[in-house]
Amino acid sequence: METQAFQKIYTKINQITKATCSLSAKGVGYDELAIIHGRLAQVVKIIGDNVTLQVFSGTEGIPTNAEVVFLGKAPSLKVSDDLAGRFFNAFGEPIDGGPAVEGEEIEIGGPSVNPVQRMKPSNMIFTGIAGIDMNNSLVTGQKIPFFADPDQPYNQVMAIVALRAKADKIILGGMGLTNDDYLFYKNVFDNAGALDRIISFVNTTDDPPVERLLIPDMALTAAEYFAVQKNETVLVLLTDMTLYADALSIVSNRMDQIPSKDSMPGSLYSDLAKIYEKAVQFPSGGSITIIAVTTLSGGDITHAIPDNTGYITEGQLFLRRDTEIAKVIVDPFRSLSRLKQNVIGKDTRADHGQVMNAAIKLYAEAANAKTKLENGFDLTDFDERSLDYAKEYSHDLLAIDVNISGEEMLDTAWNLFKKYFTQAEVGIKKEFSDKYWPKD
Amino acid sequence: MTTNGIVAGIIANLVIVEVDGPVSQNEICYIKLGNTRLMAEVIKIIGKNAYVQVFESTRNLKVGDTVEFAGHMLEVSLGPGILSKNYDGLQNDLDKMKGVFLKRGDYTNPLENDKKWGFQPLAKVGDMVEAGFWLGEVKENWMAHKIMVPFKFTGKFTIKSLAPKGEYTILDTIAVLNDSDGKEYNVSMMQKWPVKLAIKAFKHKPRPSKMMETGIRCIDSLNPIVEGGTGFTPGPFGTGKTVLQHALSKHAEADMIVVAACGERANEVVDIFTEFPLLDDPRTGRKLMERTTIIANTSNMPVAAREASVYTAMTIAEYYRSMGLKILLLADSTSRWAQALREMSNRMEELPGPDAYPMDLPAIISNFYSRAGFVQLNNGKTGSITFIGAVSPAGGNLKEPVTESTKKAARCFYALSQQRADSKRYPAVDPIDSYSKYLEYDEFKEYLFQNISPDWLEKLLYAKNLLIRGKEAYEQINILGDDGVPIDYHLRYWKSEVFDFVILQQDAFDEIDSSTPIKRQKYMMDKVINLIKDSYEFETFDDVNKYFRRVINLLKQMNYSEFESADFKKFEVELEQILNERRVAQLA
Repeated sequence: METQAFQKIYTKINQITKATCSLSAKGVGYDELAIIHGRLAQVVKIIGDNVTLQVFSGTEGIPTNAEVVFLGKAPSLKVSDDLAGRFFNAFGEPIDGGPAVEGEEIEIGGPSVNPVQRMKPSNMIFTGIAGIDMNNSLVTGQKIPFFADPDQPYNQVMAIVALRAKADKIILGGMGLTNDDYLFYKNVFDNAGALDRIISFVNTTDDPPVERLLIPDMALTAAEYFAVQKNETVLVLLTDMTLYADALSIVSNRMDQIPSKDSMPGSLYSDLAKIYEKAVQFPSGGSITIIAVTTLSGGDITHAIPDNTGYITEGQLFLRRDTEIAKVIVDPFRSLSRLKQNVIGKDTRADHGQVMNAAIKLYAEAANAKTKLENGFDLTDFDERSLDYAKEYSHDLLAIDVNISGEEMLDTAWNLFKKYFTQAEVGIKKEFSDKYWPKD
Repeated sequence: MTTNGIVAGIIANLVIVEVDGPVSQNEICYIKLGNTRLMAEVIKIIGKNAYVQVFESTRNLKVGDTVEFAGHMLEVSLGPGILSKNYDGLQNDLDKMKGVFLKRGDYTNPLENDKKWGFQPLAKVGDMVEAGFWLGEVKENWMAHKIMVPFKFTGKFTIKSLAPKGEYTILDTIAVLNDSDGKEYNVSMMQKWPVKLAIKAFKHKPRPSKMMETGIRCIDSLNPIVEGGTGFTPGPFGTGKTVLQHALSKHAEADMIVVAACGERANEVVDIFTEFPLLDDPRTGRKLMERTTIIANTSNMPVAAREASVYTAMTIAEYYRSMGLKILLLADSTSRWAQALREMSNRMEELPGPDAYPMDLPAIISNFYSRAGFVQLNNGKTGSITFIGAVSPAGGNLKEPVTESTKKAARCFYALSQQRADSKRYPAVDPIDSYSKYLEYDEFKEYLFQNISPDWLEKLLYAKNLLIRGKEAYEQINILGDDGVPIDYHLRYWKSEVFDFVILQQDAFDEIDSSTPIKRQKYMMDKVINLIKDSYEFETFDDVNKYFRRVINLLKQMNYSEFESADFKKFEVELEQILNERRVAQLA
């Protein structure tokens, strides 16, 4: 980032912490960028002449007489169609060896969409994964994270979803991504011949953690360009938001803020909401859908990060290993897509809602039966049947390697109902049972 | 002379302003940033420094930027035209804003200055009047909107002149009032009021006694709320707080609904925006949007305005209550409001209370809840604000500060349970933990006796006991095993399941089941309680299980059918046949 002529250069820093520097300066704007000792920094506090800068890459080695230049603008990204197919770092600089992108310069972290200008999200995203399509249907304009322990294959599932989603653009925001995972995404997209519709902003584990704070805003600024100006459907993948929140807590700690639950800043909810709420369906047809990853520690969803996320996002997807069938499934109990009601029975067959609920209720019966079995009690005939049903349900519909159409998944469920239960036990509205209960 | 100031410090949306004259706590000021003016509110004053919270992003703001003080607190404009509007937390009309994105400093008129309203006088020249007195009325949608003596007027006034029947704008003078010294005041159809202060233009606040019918069975038939009552719905995410709030806003028996979408998802507000103009209000035959006003300050909108939004909503509700109307105010979620307080408290470096919330959080919450209530106006008419707030407890833990503070203030507690939500038993209101303090009110007991049925309360309490006994039986069965307990335990458990599945569980997305009028609730309550009180005979526990699944299935089919329709009656006949298979003794 070049400096311009006639800019005032400051050389006297009063205070240095691990992430911030303070100095005396005049005429500085809030949120403005500065370059300190060749590193990018942002104004986070001004009291009189005393300006505090957050240095993204850390303050290691910065001397008190380091040169500081203010750039007179907030962090920004140059947007144009040339972004497609490119890989950038957290500052929007190319890391793929290609030339810098020219285009309109837009400040990142821009304003929110006026709620009355939004459209109700109502286009279903078919993924072929029945555990998602049937029980947790995704919708364009939705924001939903995977809540996953680090050992689960969330990156693989997310890549499958991204490629099957038929989005015009897929924007990957990688925060603290390991180099291996970064290459995984690159290869998957490359092999699928999709590289020209992918844009990546990547902060790997090699990069300083505070830089991550820019990644979601960079990715979403690019997304807004394609969704608003080009009316495209854009899918944004953010992984891993837990590492983003960790970076937030580092900065707030350095600024002496009082931590709230789990050492997270008190503003965590608003900080995360500002990102996730960029998901939107515009009336013009453009949309931004956000699929994120929030890694959990030992499955604990009461921790402040997943907890606040859950209150913001429109549901969450849980993966779980089902030992009965030795496969990873989409957990039907803990997963939820809040927008599924917008498309169930509308973009899908009318019996979808009732079939979904009945199938899950019966799966829950099996879970109860399993508990009974483990406690050494006798099982009823119904218990036995529900256990058999659960195994097939899990294998045919919940496993992440399932790839079937919306009609097929419902027919599969009806066949399972008939195989193991009576109509009264299934308890579906009569009009649907009459129509879909398999005939002999 | 107005006070001015200059910016001396900026920490996110907290700005320190050095002032040149007097300022008051909660005074509004405008910070000039180029051509835009950013609205802010004074929240602390130390010497020459006023600490203001800015209702916008402070990006690019500089030390030395100028500030103008407005001389009043945050106010809303009250007058005809509020119904059906979509406002932000500061009462800006969202539909009047240009462009897809919200622009900083874009403040729009909440009302229409040039629209003419058909005014009908209700008072006459010479009448002695005071604040809140009905001078006349205009038709707003289907509602008679009263034009009142402004709430800011203190003391008695005489009407010197009053406009005749005709068409006027909200800015036209419709009355001239004289105070006791003969000084003249012009009154128009629009007035302003500071949101942080309660409107107290009523005679007194009696204990509420009338039931607020919500159409939601787990509320009406188990823990009813009253007109002018307060309640809250805490629940972990995914337990259906918002679905429940939306169901209330659609089906509750109120004249007007004010929805404060406070720091929640924008798409949830969009649901209301898109659905309500299309949905019919069965009470009036008009559209639901015609009785609804939405205050949308979603989670991505500025935090300080989020704090203001609940007050804006409450003030609008109080204004309409003064017209003698039944208002239902819904706030989703009050936890986000508390979090906004916490963010500010933190930036001001106040000593934190539990979970870093400000120490006075319980006082702020109880103050707010106390603004709801049933009132008798000075003219003898009554009005009410029923307030139901959603609470989003961190980590689903009901011992956190916002839930605990709210529990002290609200009279109805509708605890949403993760366990019920996981097993898809919606609405996931826990029937055992939840309560309604109004069931202890003698006035309310009398109302139920007179208006629903003499034995309604008795049945309701019977049901509560049944659910507890059913749960105990279930626990015993789980510990001792299906055949380790007498068959009677299974019977008891399954009877409570019948009540749970048929009365408590309700499909919010089914056209018929989503709302149950009280007459139908009474019918089903009688039906279910009677069949539960009957005695049955079984050989094995497995028979009990199978039998009651069939019973529940038929009762659910009844719930899905139009009340008293042919289908409904057909299922009922079928049900009786099943009951007769096993019934040995029938009640009464």
